[in-house]
Amino acid sequence: MTKSLISRRNFLRQSGGMVTAGAALGALPGLVAAMDNVTVGFIYVGPRQDYGWNQSHWDAAKKVAAIDGVTVVEQENVPETAEVEKVIQSMIELDGARVIFGTSFGYWDSLKKMALQYPDVLFTHIGAIWKEGDPANVIGYRGYTEEAHYLCGIAAGRMSKTGKIGFIGSKPLYFIYNNCNGFVLGAQSVNPEMTCNVVITGDWNNPVKEAETTNSLIDQGCDVIIANVDSPKVSVETAEARGVYTCGYHSDLSALAPNGFLTGAEWNWASGVEFVEAFVAGDSYPNLKRGGFKEDMVAISPFGDAVPQEVRDEVLAAKQGFIDDTLKLYKGPLEDNKGNVILEEGEVIENTDTPFKLGVDWFVKGTTG
Amino acid sequence: MPPPGLLNSLEAVTINVAAFLITMALFGVYVASLGHNPLDVYYVLWLGSFARQISVESTLTNAAPLMLTALCTAIPARAGLLVIGGEGALVVGGVATVLAGVALSGAPFLLGVAVMALAGALAGGLWIGFAGALRQYRGVNETISTLLLNYIAIAVMYHLITGPIRDWDRVLKTSSWSIPQELRVGPLPFIDVHWGLATGVVICLILWIIMRRTTFGFGVDILGGNPRAAQMAGLPINRMVVLCCFIGGAGAGLAGSFEVMAVHGFASESLAVGFGYAGILVAFLSRQNPAAIIVLAILLGGVTASGGLLQRRFDLPDATTQVLQGVLFLVVLASNAAYGRLSLFQPAAWRTT
Repeated sequence: MTKSLISRRNFLRQSGGMVTAGAALGALPGLVAAMDNVTVGFIYVGPRQDYGWNQSHWDAAKKVAAIDGVTVVEQENVPETAEVEKVIQSMIELDGARVIFGTSFGYWDSLKKMALQYPDVLFTHIGAIWKEGDPANVIGYRGYTEEAHYLCGIAAGRMSKTGKIGFIGSKPLYFIYNNCNGFVLGAQSVNPEMTCNVVITGDWNNPVKEAETTNSLIDQGCDVIIANVDSPKVSVETAEARGVYTCGYHSDLSALAPNGFLTGAEWNWASGVEFVEAFVAGDSYPNLKRGGFKEDMVAISPFGDAVPQEVRDEVLAAKQGFIDDTLKLYKGPLEDNKGNVILEEGEVIENTDTPFKLGVDWFVKGTTG
Repeated sequence: MPPPGLLNSLEAVTINVAAFLITMALFGVYVASLGHNPLDVYYVLWLGSFARQISVESTLTNAAPLMLTALCTAIPARAGLLVIGGEGALVVGGVATVLAGVALSGAPFLLGVAVMALAGALAGGLWIGFAGALRQYRGVNETISTLLLNYIAIAVMYHLITGPIRDWDRVLKTSSWSIPQELRVGPLPFIDVHWGLATGVVICLILWIIMRRTTFGFGVDILGGNPRAAQMAGLPINRMVVLCCFIGGAGAGLAGSFEVMAVHGFASESLAVGFGYAGILVAFLSRQNPAAIIVLAILLGGVTASGGLLQRRFDLPDATTQVLQGVLFLVVLASNAAYGRLSLFQPAAWRTT
């Protein structure tokens, strides 16, 4: 069956189904005509219940499974080796999967390879690094979690007594810088004197170091902690035990810290539902999608009991600001923590300015570490 | 009376098949206790591991590195050592392959691949050979040293891929430079499994012949059986131990080479995903016999391959296949006690007086 479909792919390429980078449409007309039952495969790199990255995708899987006529099959702990290709083949050929959600960054090369082999299957990837020339049946999508961090920052700025908050990052990557900046700018929006201590652990996943770092930040006087690591569970629990406030990341961690949880920055990978629906209906879909609250691609966790109503209102008002696009994350005057001027008075960066955000390798003023 | 060699082989096959059946029965009890029909589970195990071409491909892809990493434990074990450094040897082999591949850009395909494979094997061989030398000349326990060398190898790789040989264009996944695309190894003909499989089978068979049919193999068996006797017989035991460690490490290093040449194209944390440790299991199950390693690597590869389907069809946890592997390991080790106790396979039972 593969042969006829390859020619269809070539047809698509020649007929201009390929797209302009950004938001163009890779339409696959008629490819999925009259499909009643769709099986969707989710592949996770770690355990689904990790109170972190994988769980955020599991949450999405549950929402995809709720669509009429959709069956979800899931496999966890799939390493980023040749094995993921075999898992994809197995899902497609043994389970009949027509859509594959590859939820780890390192699956990218394997997903592209499989997309060429199975042109009638839709593949999604969480890196949002699709570019022109990549297979048309691959989608990259990713949320602007820095907007959700901004909201966490507002709560942190209101709740902090010491005026110092702590940020733990995994790797020095653009989205970690953006998240940290969002967190600090949010806090400074309600209290311009707020400062933030930052520690980068260097690992996606290093529970011992995360616990030590959390303790050390608290010892330095930080009384709100947020951890941008694969699973912030250890950090949240440590901070809770020390009696300080925490914010979550990836998925809803409120259950881990009944006393000190404020809110958390969450992905809404379930926005991928629209790809599945478009695919099932035979409609067009974007190959590349990024967005924040306006595009419903990020979310915040339910507020913890510690957060008073007026702070909740303030956070939700800012969220509405992102939805209405009246609130911009980066706007002048803005300096980095080394005194360099990033934006002059009056300069504004659009929330959807991905190239700008990809280039962020600095922390805003008020950040140390 | 059947020849004793045939009796020995029949005994081994009978005991291993019995051990496999007992394992499956115990596993059946386990899944039944979780509320699933064991027959359905057996069917899915079969479906996911051998029933279809893609299942077989998946099984063999899993088996390929295991054959080579198993040698890292099996060959030194024949000389009486317990080496568990396959993971580290695989990692240094992978890193050496990247360095060789980058240096060789522009080289003809066969030359490039040969040098990369040699670089990987040499690096892995020196890595484990070093542990063997430490034991023979400095009295350092080889099990502990190879265990620690695993951590060192992985730490060295992290150091290199986060700095000196890092590809800064790969933002989200920290990885080394890539080897040239022209030097990437493709799949075997007719089946979508990389060349590491064929290499593993050939090397296991060659080592089987060496261990069974040469003076060196015979000497190693004497050494493994009784080092004092080997010394008394005038065998160069220090050199033999180091050589066995070198051969084993070279196997695991070659596994790393193929992970880089055929799967990733670069070194990253995805090299250290446990092939080295799974290889220890294969070596034990095969009782250090290189030919049996081929079969058992495929069997374990099949268990791993069907694990995903078990998860998906029955919503069983990922650890289920580890339960199966663990039970298999215990039953096979326990079944070693049966050797020599089944009178049917003893020459005496066939002797007519």
